[in-house]
Amino acid sequence: MAERRKGNAGKNPGKGAAETAPVPGRLAVRKTYKLYLGGAFPRSESGRSYPVTSAKGDHLANTSLASRKDAREAVVASRKAFGGWSVRTAYNRGQILYRVAEVLEGRREQFVAQAVAAQGLSRDAAERVVSAAVDRWVYYAGWTDKVAQVLGGANPVSGPYYNHSAPEPTGVVAVFAPQDAPLLGLTSVVAPVIATGNTAVVVTSERAPLAAVDLAEVLATSDLPGGVVNLLTGRVGELGPHLAAHADVNALDLTGAGDLAAEFEETAATTLTRVVRPGPEAGGGEDAWLDADPGTARMTPFLETKTVWHPIGV
Amino acid sequence: MIFEYAPAPESRSVVTLRETYDLFVDGEFAPAEGGEYLTTLNPADETKLAQVAVAGEADVDRAVAAARRAYDTVWSRMSGAERGKYLFRIARIIQERSRELAVLESMDNGKPIKETRDVDLPLVAAHFFYYAGWADKLRHAGLGPDPRPLGVAAQVIPWNFPLLMLAWKIAPALATGNTVVLKPAETTPLTALVFAEICQEADLPPGVVNILTGAGETGRALVEHPGTDKVAFTGSTEVGRRIARSVAGTDKRVTLELGGKGANIVYDDAAIDQAVEGIVSGIFFNQGHVCCAGSRLLVQESIAEELLPRLKDRVAKLRLGDPLDKNTDIGAINSAAQLERIRALTDSGTDEGVERWSPACDLPSTGYWFAPTLLTGVSQAHRVAREEIFGPVLSVLTFRTPEEAVAKANNTPYGLSAGVWTEKGSRMLWTAERLRAGVIWSNTFNKFDPTSPFGGYKESGYGREGGRHGLEAYLG
Repeated sequence: MAERRKGNAGKNPGKGAAETAPVPGRLAVRKTYKLYLGGAFPRSESGRSYPVTSAKGDHLANTSLASRKDAREAVVASRKAFGGWSVRTAYNRGQILYRVAEVLEGRREQFVAQAVAAQGLSRDAAERVVSAAVDRWVYYAGWTDKVAQVLGGANPVSGPYYNHSAPEPTGVVAVFAPQDAPLLGLTSVVAPVIATGNTAVVVTSERAPLAAVDLAEVLATSDLPGGVVNLLTGRVGELGPHLAAHADVNALDLTGAGDLAAEFEETAATTLTRVVRPGPEAGGGEDAWLDADPGTARMTPFLETKTVWHPIGV
Repeated sequence: MIFEYAPAPESRSVVTLRETYDLFVDGEFAPAEGGEYLTTLNPADETKLAQVAVAGEADVDRAVAAARRAYDTVWSRMSGAERGKYLFRIARIIQERSRELAVLESMDNGKPIKETRDVDLPLVAAHFFYYAGWADKLRHAGLGPDPRPLGVAAQVIPWNFPLLMLAWKIAPALATGNTVVLKPAETTPLTALVFAEICQEADLPPGVVNILTGAGETGRALVEHPGTDKVAFTGSTEVGRRIARSVAGTDKRVTLELGGKGANIVYDDAAIDQAVEGIVSGIFFNQGHVCCAGSRLLVQESIAEELLPRLKDRVAKLRLGDPLDKNTDIGAINSAAQLERIRALTDSGTDEGVERWSPACDLPSTGYWFAPTLLTGVSQAHRVAREEIFGPVLSVLTFRTPEEAVAKANNTPYGLSAGVWTEKGSRMLWTAERLRAGVIWSNTFNKFDPTSPFGGYKESGYGREGGRHGLEAYLG
């Protein structure tokens, strides 16, 4: 983590330095953690931030505290991106998801160090989590051009009709990322949403949001169009009600919504927004997300089946 | 006209109506504990058909307990192959009794006999046949290696296709090893009660299927009953919202098939006569009592002047009247309340300045009737273009470009169905790809098949019924 390093006075002594206090060496550049909205990294429009601490309680950084307006703008950015992202070829979406894995792999040291500092994981555990996160992007990269074949197909109707069903993305998905699995858990809920052509507004782990902001940098440099994933660091209790009630949100993943999940589901009923309730992994740490084969369970809730009929004849 | 049609009524003698029908719980007919009954009418002449019991909370408790017992002791433990055989048996009995069921459905619902006979009943039997074959093949359905039933399903169905909706709900539920408590609509309970007899005739184990009649309160008690694991509902979006709210925070799975405001897009290169037929079946099939009806006609402006007179000519030839007459195209509106709603919404159109047209059409003096109606000069802001009328009323709008057609078609909170009429394959596929709806009928309309998934986007509800997709709603 960004920590001020001690100056090494003995290595490169300046004139007269020995007589007085040691001259500081290089001062580390600390990172300003911002939101990720529409492909850009703005601060919260509210100007607010909140302190993030390590697992031991040490101060790590201040991060943006997203507001209701930020959430609204994230939905706008997601909707804007949906048109282009959903009609990209599945092959192209797969290429981009694989690119995310490549870029993440290239930065694994940063993420391992991050996980050690922020989550208090052992180095081994952190390595395992980061590797699994990389692999998860690869896993979903491979699903983009297969999911339609597995879930769709020709229907043998009893009549002279060509009839086929294919899955389509539902639209903008508001994702409440797992609270205690800020990298692998986050990846596990976001990747399936965008692999299938949806766009996402993500409320990241409230307590451990830094991995999400680092991941945003990976996403921003992986040819993923701006707005496909929007990350809000902030409070579920503050942002959630607006996202749940938002008429332009098509689905909610309530995995990280905790005690508020039922309330959000009730709110979402007004617009018949699709809802994924918190599953058994929801309360666990990164380990709960290690399964190497998550299957289609996190893709199908965000897909609609479209069936097209056409007469056959000459 | 060269000749007049002679009346060709189907005989009612195949139907034996009982004066009173009780609830079907645990394999037996039993009166409701509250002793209350409601009367179901023939909407074509307002005569009383029968009295059916109104299930209260105690009856719901009893039915759910019976379903649970049947689930635990018999149905979930039976092999898929044996379960399937029961469904095959039911399908066969439905075929054998299909004439009786078709006549009874027409009497209770008001829909023409040619539709119940040629559409509803064949599809009802086909659904049981289709899902019968799935019962021992669930591991091959792509839903994991060991798909398990959910338990007891609470199912509430509407009055527009009473027996077909029952088949859509019960066949997949039973094939997957669930047991059911089903509530038919208060105005059309009779064929469901004959179906209960069919379950007895098939020796289906008691409690696997339970039928509770009643109105909204019965449905609410059933849906909110804590002893059920799954809610399946077809009906209005308003009730769908209430159900979605009521299951929030529970473990209950839910699927909803709700309203629609389907667009029927006719491009300038469409085969006009075929399109006219499709428009007519899109909105006047089943008196427009169809959630996926093509109730918004979007005609390319350049052919509107040619198409509309031909459409009116065709509508003028529709025969409205006795549902049991085999020549009847348009039957009765299902209830006085529905007729009132159709009138109010259609009048709102004329109040807002749209033009209204109906052919010269004698309406019977008793019963609930509404002449087929075209509304022209409709804009997207009019209520008749936004709200589901659920009756034989078509709103006509125009468009100039394909982009405009798609934008107007998608400009609705619903997303159940849409139609596309064009002779150009690439234009058809381009349009179908962009329409946000669960079923797209190209150069056809209102086609259904048990192998074909059906269901909506957006506020038309969630989940699919029919096909392999329909299994997912009943497996965990």
